[in-house]
Amino acid sequence: MGAHQTINPPEGWHVSAGLPAAASPLVARQRADAQRRVRWELLAELVRKDLKVKYQGSVLGFAWSLANPLLLMAIYYLVFAVVLRNGIPGFAIFIVAGLLPWTAFSGAVMTGTTSVVANSGLVKKVRFPLQVLPLSAVGYAMMHFALQLGAVLVITAAFRHVYSPAFLLILPAIALMVLFATSLSYIAAALNVRYRDTAHVVEIALLVWFWLNPVLYPASLVQQRLHGWYWAYFLNPMATVVTSFQRAIFVKDAYTNKITHLPGHALADPGYVFYLRNLAMGFAISIVLMVLARRLFRRMQVDFAEEL
Amino acid sequence: MSGAVIVARGVSKRFVHSSGHATSLKERLLGNTKAPSGEFWALKDIDLTIGQGETVGLIGPNGAGKSTTLKVLAGILQPTSGTVEVIGRVASLLELGAGFNGELSGRENIYLNAALLGLRRREVDDMLESIIEFSEQGARIDDPVKHYSSGEYVKLGFSIAVHVDPDVLLVDEVLAVGDEAFQRKCLAKIAEFQRAGRTILLVTHSLGLVEELCTRAVVVADGQIQFDGDPEFAVGTLRKILGTDQPAPAPDYAPKQGITIVDAVVSATVDGPATEDAEPGQPLHVRVDVDVAEDADYTGDVVVVVMGAGNFPIWSMRSSEAARLGDRPGRYRIRFVVPSVPQVNGSFRLAVAVYDATADAPAASRTFNEIFRVHSGELPGIVAVPFGTEHTELPAIPA
Repeated sequence: MGAHQTINPPEGWHVSAGLPAAASPLVARQRADAQRRVRWELLAELVRKDLKVKYQGSVLGFAWSLANPLLLMAIYYLVFAVVLRNGIPGFAIFIVAGLLPWTAFSGAVMTGTTSVVANSGLVKKVRFPLQVLPLSAVGYAMMHFALQLGAVLVITAAFRHVYSPAFLLILPAIALMVLFATSLSYIAAALNVRYRDTAHVVEIALLVWFWLNPVLYPASLVQQRLHGWYWAYFLNPMATVVTSFQRAIFVKDAYTNKITHLPGHALADPGYVFYLRNLAMGFAISIVLMVLARRLFRRMQVDFAEEL
Repeated sequence: MSGAVIVARGVSKRFVHSSGHATSLKERLLGNTKAPSGEFWALKDIDLTIGQGETVGLIGPNGAGKSTTLKVLAGILQPTSGTVEVIGRVASLLELGAGFNGELSGRENIYLNAALLGLRRREVDDMLESIIEFSEQGARIDDPVKHYSSGEYVKLGFSIAVHVDPDVLLVDEVLAVGDEAFQRKCLAKIAEFQRAGRTILLVTHSLGLVEELCTRAVVVADGQIQFDGDPEFAVGTLRKILGTDQPAPAPDYAPKQGITIVDAVVSATVDGPATEDAEPGQPLHVRVDVDVAEDADYTGDVVVVVMGAGNFPIWSMRSSEAARLGDRPGRYRIRFVVPSVPQVNGSFRLAVAVYDATADAPAASRTFNEIFRVHSGELPGIVAVPFGTEHTELPAIPA
């Protein structure tokens, strides 16, 4: 019954809607946990950030990421198929099959190596799970890879390239590439914070490493030299990734070199077992490496904010 | 309701300065790594427990370890020894534009920052409008933040930090950059946080702000906690460390030689023991001891100013002509009596000055850190004014 009067604040005053009551201890603990764990949203946000920063103000944007591998492919084709006349039919596709995963891998490892140093502003000022940084670098490289792969599929389909069920081999190959690149990124990113030379070492190592993969030569040439030790060539998981991609995309195996007139095989193996065995070995190596890499990263990350 | 939210036990932090900044691999391989040229303990065995809903001011001289403490509590720096546990979502404003990417727009930075704080994109969508509104950026929100001014950085940063619904808010001396209108808005927001039972830890050099805002203050100096408790006492402790309890020398009027204010004491009885609590309506005695030296060419009146929070003068007292300092050298005691302590609320301290009747500037002055409290009621306000109240039922307004 009592008169009740409401006084409204004068116009222009900031009226706050009010905060909800403080979170319960249980909720508070969950929120603290969410701030320390790697979450998909955070990973996606960081990848989005890198893509935006990279392509801001560029007219062609993503198309640039196609220019680099296409140009490389054209040069290699000119040198190996036209000048050196290696005689592999459809050599352009052969190159693409190997070059695509290799550029994705080396790009991932390179950006992964500098991922912590490049984000020093965040590392020094904000608390968040640092493991997400190498992951986002790999994710960034994989976004480009997905686009390039899509472009290749469209182009080859236009040229009536026929895909066989072997194409499914790219799935485990991609998984292996991501796993291997991530574990190397963890190691290199952590080392690069303390020893800035790491980035230079990695850059040179990747240049040399490129030739250890059968991207521009058929793996069968290696087999002729190594004989019983051929398996050791595939201790390099990227050799497995590259040969699996070739098996998945490339169709013609037998060829004759136009200079030496010797017959050869473009593919490492015409079957499947060979690849599955190598993939299994690659996964085993990468998983062990990943366990060590995570352990190293976790141990070194406590000092990142100070050393940057 | 008031469990511990931040618990730091025996936290020490050592920084090692190596001569070259980043070690190169070559040095390591050739084995000629120079021995660390020096180590520095920024924090030494800090124990700090902060309960839910507390607003704690972290104060201290420059380089005392305040920011390091905040970074350790924020989980950015790892303590060299000891443990830190923080329960809840921690939003921190550690430096200007911390966590911003200059190339991205303000809007994109909001999403990035919130993601780093552990929020989902969906949650950010809901709060986006209020963040932009509070930050006062309007259409500028879509400009790259590298074009923002330092004030705009702070506005956006603070707006994000307070809108992500944090349980713990850590703020390191950045608010001072905003304009007065924004600072006021920030203080209102902080008050809202306090009402909602959130925990705030504030590093600042603005001691008035600490007295005004904080429920507790911690003085850090030389990497150690020197005092932990009542904000007014903390401010006094810090002023003693800083030497700012003595007045800054006035450029035009150098203090006269030979006049030294030795002591000023508040007591309930004449020359009685110092008191920390004064009762409204009861008498209050203030005594001031002043030394007049041999070579003193000057004597005068003693003025006592009773100051509240932020050194705001509440009332003043001046010695009468009969109670002036004497001309001869020696120690003089000037006594003041307030027959009935006014109805005021708060913590007060004394500033004492010696004035000549003819001069504008004091011959000597000194601010004392000792606090006395007067409590005259539960309602807010420094003065408790008597008032009446009644109620009438108004006739209904015809529709």
